[in-house]
Amino acid sequence: MSDVLRVNPIACDGHGLCAEIVPELIELDEWGYPIISGKPVPARLEKHAKRAVAACPALALQLVRTGPVT
Amino acid sequence: MSVAHDERGTRVAAPAGLPRLLAGVRADGRPVTLEAHLRRYGPLPETRGRQSRSAFLGAVAASGLQGRGGAGFPTARKLEAVDAQRGTPVVVVNGVEGEPPSSKDKVLLAYLPHLVLDGAVLAASALGAREAIVAVGRTAHAAVADAIAERRRAHVAHGVTVRVVHAPERFVAGEETAVVSFLNGGPAKPTFTPPRPYERGVGGAPTLVQNPETLAHLALIARFGPSWFRAVGTRDEPGSVLVTLSGAVRRPGVLEVAIGTPLHELVAQAGGATAELSAFLIGGYFGSWLPAADALAAPLSNAGLAPLKGSLGARAIVALPAASCGLLETARITRYLAAESAGQCGPCVHGLAAISEDMVQIARRNDVAGARRVIERRLGQLEGRGACRHPDGTVRFVASALRVFAREVELHAVHGRCSGQAKQPVLPLPARRPDALR
Repeated sequence: MSDVLRVNPIACDGHGLCAEIVPELIELDEWGYPIISGKPVPARLEKHAKRAVAACPALALQLVRTGPVT
Repeated sequence: MSVAHDERGTRVAAPAGLPRLLAGVRADGRPVTLEAHLRRYGPLPETRGRQSRSAFLGAVAASGLQGRGGAGFPTARKLEAVDAQRGTPVVVVNGVEGEPPSSKDKVLLAYLPHLVLDGAVLAASALGAREAIVAVGRTAHAAVADAIAERRRAHVAHGVTVRVVHAPERFVAGEETAVVSFLNGGPAKPTFTPPRPYERGVGGAPTLVQNPETLAHLALIARFGPSWFRAVGTRDEPGSVLVTLSGAVRRPGVLEVAIGTPLHELVAQAGGATAELSAFLIGGYFGSWLPAADALAAPLSNAGLAPLKGSLGARAIVALPAASCGLLETARITRYLAAESAGQCGPCVHGLAAISEDMVQIARRNDVAGARRVIERRLGQLEGRGACRHPDGTVRFVASALRVFAREVELHAVHGRCSGQAKQPVLPLPARRPDALR
């Protein structure tokens, strides 16, 4: 079981707060929209990832639980 | 199972060879009547009731039919996914063919509506759905409406109410979540998933969205069985397919071929090329350019095209003459695709506008090296970043142009020359003002 960050691109307005909070997982493109690494969020960054989700003014960012990895 | 029976119990032989779907097309261009349709293929088999339902679903699974809308998803699995949901499902025939180089679904719906309606009714009946909705642009609307009325008069309903809805025929409007959104009273724009339509679609019900050609194949699989269906095509990609072939060929149009048929045979069926060819666009505007020599020898199947970085996609194929500049053609269509963005997702809105301007610079020989550098980076960043595949498809198309027309890029960049002589563009754009998405 692991979490990945996922953005709803329709809701996202490119505020960019997420990339400030977890630059390890999110970078911004030249227009300020997030490019999210599809990799599972490592345990050491989980708290930051959750903060980024909570900080998104557009409610566009989610932590999505992916199925058990075997 | 390779014979069906008509009302009087007379055996109707399965169509031998090809075409299967297009066999009934009338010379006068009018839609095939219900009577002529039933005479050719026999009556619609029953798919309601436990036994006939499982026979039908079993036949679809054994046939190996894959969706003919472009994604190629196994039809049996799509049926199962809807079937596994709770609630009474709805069936949607996605006749919104907004891709300019493709007309095979319009041809099916306008000339052979009963083949498509048969498939919709069979699927609806098997899933326990009471309603099937045909979403269609203006070209085929009248033919479908007439065919529905004809069936009502003849009482071939199988407990399913069929209705037709006129939907905007724009590029992104054919994406399945966009069709569902439109049918639900919203704009004809893709929505963020999940939920996917099979989970929650029209009116919140589990919804089977199928391409018209897929349903037409279902109509024949239900009658003549999976082994008949598999008699043409390849093991992994069985059956025949409709292909829209245009560009520099003598008789452009919609053709039906076995999957795996080499492209040169298709071109020969269309009367041959009208000029020396440099490349083919295969799979429509989300597809890939392939060098003409490689493409002509390639079998038309996803497996056959994969080594050339191609795929069948929407099965729209355009032959590009050597006198046309592939970069100019690509730039024109990229600008169109950028304009066709639903305007919902930042990366699509800004990214496609930017790569379209980069392509215009490359095509017009205006700081080609500079444009080349930024477009590579941008192409690498866009995939998977929209709610639908519009950015992904556009990236695939543009990247293939830079790969296949690499020598032309050099010519533009280093020598400031262009090999394009043609005055008329080859890749089609919609002729009239686009429909509003709502």
